[in-house]
Amino acid sequence: MQATNLLILILVMAAIAYLIGRGRALSVAQPLGGIRHLHSLPYYYGMRAAIWCFIPSISLLILWVTLDENVITALLLADIPAEIKPATESDQNLLFNQLENIISGAISVERVTPAIAAAAERLEGLRQTGYWLMLAVICSAGALGGIWGWLKISPRLRARQQVEKVFVAFLIICASVAILTTVGIVFSVIFESVRFFNKVPVADFAFGLEWSPQTAIRSDQVGSSGAFGAVPLFVGTMMVSAIAMLVAVPVGLMSAIYLTEYAKPRVRALAKPMLEILAGIPTVVYGFFAALTVAPYLRDLGANIGLQVSSESALAAGLVMGVMIIPFVSSLADDVITAVPRAMYDGSLALGATQSETIIRVVFPAALPGIVGGVLLAVSRAVGETMIVVMAAGLAAKLTANPLDSLTTVTVQIVTLLVGDQEFDSPKTLAAFALGLMLFLVTLCLNVIALRVVKKYREQYD
Amino acid sequence: MTDKKNISELVAAGLAKRYRREKMFRFWGILSIVFSVLCLVVLFTDIITKGSGAFQQTYIQIDITYDPDILELYDPLDGKQFALANFDGVIRQSLQQRFPDVQGRRDKRELKKLVSLDAAFVVAERLKDQPSLLGKSESLWVLADDDIDTYYKSLDDREGPFTGRTTEKTQGWVQELVDRGEIELRFNREFFVRGDSREPELAGIWGAVKGSFFTLLVTLVLSFPIGVAAALYLEEFAPKNKWTDLIEVNINNLAAVPSIIFGLLGLAIFINFFQMPRSVPLLGGLVLTLMTLPTIIISSRAAIKAVPPSIREAAWGIGASPMQVALHHVLPLAMPGMLTGSIIGMAQALGETAPLLMIGMVAFIVDTPSSITDPATVLPVQIFLWSDSPERAFVEKTSAAIMVLLGFLIIMNTLAVWLRKRLEKRW
Repeated sequence: MQATNLLILILVMAAIAYLIGRGRALSVAQPLGGIRHLHSLPYYYGMRAAIWCFIPSISLLILWVTLDENVITALLLADIPAEIKPATESDQNLLFNQLENIISGAISVERVTPAIAAAAERLEGLRQTGYWLMLAVICSAGALGGIWGWLKISPRLRARQQVEKVFVAFLIICASVAILTTVGIVFSVIFESVRFFNKVPVADFAFGLEWSPQTAIRSDQVGSSGAFGAVPLFVGTMMVSAIAMLVAVPVGLMSAIYLTEYAKPRVRALAKPMLEILAGIPTVVYGFFAALTVAPYLRDLGANIGLQVSSESALAAGLVMGVMIIPFVSSLADDVITAVPRAMYDGSLALGATQSETIIRVVFPAALPGIVGGVLLAVSRAVGETMIVVMAAGLAAKLTANPLDSLTTVTVQIVTLLVGDQEFDSPKTLAAFALGLMLFLVTLCLNVIALRVVKKYREQYD
Repeated sequence: MTDKKNISELVAAGLAKRYRREKMFRFWGILSIVFSVLCLVVLFTDIITKGSGAFQQTYIQIDITYDPDILELYDPLDGKQFALANFDGVIRQSLQQRFPDVQGRRDKRELKKLVSLDAAFVVAERLKDQPSLLGKSESLWVLADDDIDTYYKSLDDREGPFTGRTTEKTQGWVQELVDRGEIELRFNREFFVRGDSREPELAGIWGAVKGSFFTLLVTLVLSFPIGVAAALYLEEFAPKNKWTDLIEVNINNLAAVPSIIFGLLGLAIFINFFQMPRSVPLLGGLVLTLMTLPTIIISSRAAIKAVPPSIREAAWGIGASPMQVALHHVLPLAMPGMLTGSIIGMAQALGETAPLLMIGMVAFIVDTPSSITDPATVLPVQIFLWSDSPERAFVEKTSAAIMVLLGFLIIMNTLAVWLRKRLEKRW
């Protein structure tokens, strides 16, 4: 909350700087005979002053927000009495929790040792001092910047160019967030994965047939050594995705073909929004539907015809995932089919082909690269889909080719390994990042290939 | 001549088959559309039939006597005495008076379970508001327990009522209450004002709705300006060079990265590296920002592209700088398209679950959050949590929460469509 207050303060200071900067530009212009004798419009001078005020103070604020807890912790630990000095990191967390509680009043001061009470008092004191110090520093930085911006105002000052340069810099930074995100993703999965592969050999992970990541706490317990063979997970993921694709590709493609080539405008206007609604339903809703409606239905159906269907079968998850992906496939296919030049279509009809022959022999081959690209994107969606499988597929890693059996996928395991407490030194938690790396690489490859294919195709008819 | 005749004969002979194929093809097309629409209809009907019950809740009427001896409370204004008072006792006594023939410890305990744990708080609140009630009696409607609620709601079901954990004795008591008109369904206000709870009858979505609101607020505040600025740069200023290409490739790839990967990013970078607190909307908003940015950038770029070059040229012609052209002319004209794209991005973010599971927004949180730094959960995660709960009553709560979530999504998408229609200009 303190940071919010300071942020508001900075904004107010910047607004004031803007006003006085603009005012000074106007007053400078007056003796010269109006603002047309200024280099830039008055508000550019104001903005320049505001920027001079804003940037130094906001940088200091960000620096403070990121560093202050660390500095305060270090200061506190430096001169803490020896009897309560924490030995390990977890002790330190414990101590700080206790101090927090004393400060907030959840623990009364009488119930702790004087040393701890003193430490709590000192912590609070340090925070107060830090806050006031920061307030002073930010205020003076803002004021100095604002005054500097104000002083430099003269009719010759190229305020507009300077302000625009800052704006462009801001735009570039915003555009670069995408790159930073990718870098962040790559770093976050690679670092932890490397740590994981130091404990578990890559070959064991990539080719092992057994997956049981639950390592026991004590080494003498049963199953104390986890097995990290990811093959069952890959097989499970492929199975669910394959089922999903079996549903989504034919239905999606045929819907797109029907809507673009056959349907009357009225039907199209009705069916398209329906498909869009299907696309907009959150995955958690599909997961609920798969787990509580489709899976029990399939199980009962299987029991009626004498088949053993698991209540967490891959089939249920795959079917529902397929339904989820239908609109995705159909909208991508729609785009590429409409991109096929009308002349080819008309030419084929003129030669006496029926509509379906035209679509199958002319339109479809012409649209094929785009459709392949779309299907690849859909596969990457299916592989990375999480909630449906978390809710409807099982947890046990089984190496099976039976879609009626329960199996688990990469994303399910990432979620189960990471929800709850994480220890960043156990292979169990790190395994999730290794799986994440695999997932990222696979989807990245699929996406890159798909985008390539789509791009190449598009250049043919433009 | 004979050749020509042969060919036309061949064509004529094949026609019937070809028309049949044509019909088949068309039929498959219709079938796929019907299948998709059917899925949608089944999904909605399933959720509505499962969830509509949750908007009503069973209440039981009990006659409460605020007996000071049972309460062990003689001065209602004495805070300490009040806090220790035995409100459960008066409820137990009231129920025993209603069903005097119930004997035995186990049956009595069973009897107490007719009403929710919340009843004691209701009684306490009553007494707090009107201390003069002490020693008097009144009749109150209190929440029934979730098992009773499920049983009572399913009484008229075709396959017979869902008994669940209720015993035959309890069912008898409920029947007695029904006969006397002391049990009824009322609008479930609690569902909309309460936070999460382990007791289904006390669980509400308000905490999750507020959590979603704060998370989306952070997402919107961060992703809209950044996305618009990035799109503006890429469309209006970016020189054609390696860096720009790299940015474009990155944006396109990020749009297709599975959302769970963003959760891993949040966990490793924000929590593990920057030591941010878990479970808070601020963190959730940051992760969702990174996730929705590509969507917003892509739609904003499309909106900027749709602004005709003549506008820019006219502005340049009268001496505007590139920045003035972008900010004064292109941006306002592209704004409706950008807003629409952002609303759709926000709708996506609202329905997103997987990355938030990674960053601890699955914690069981009873309190409703009041700022972006309070631990919170969001609506889709709440749905996920409830769908995992074993109590039967949570099924209808989950479906009801889904209906609320879908309601919000429909509102947002309608808003986007309306905005596009309303503000869109055709050049």
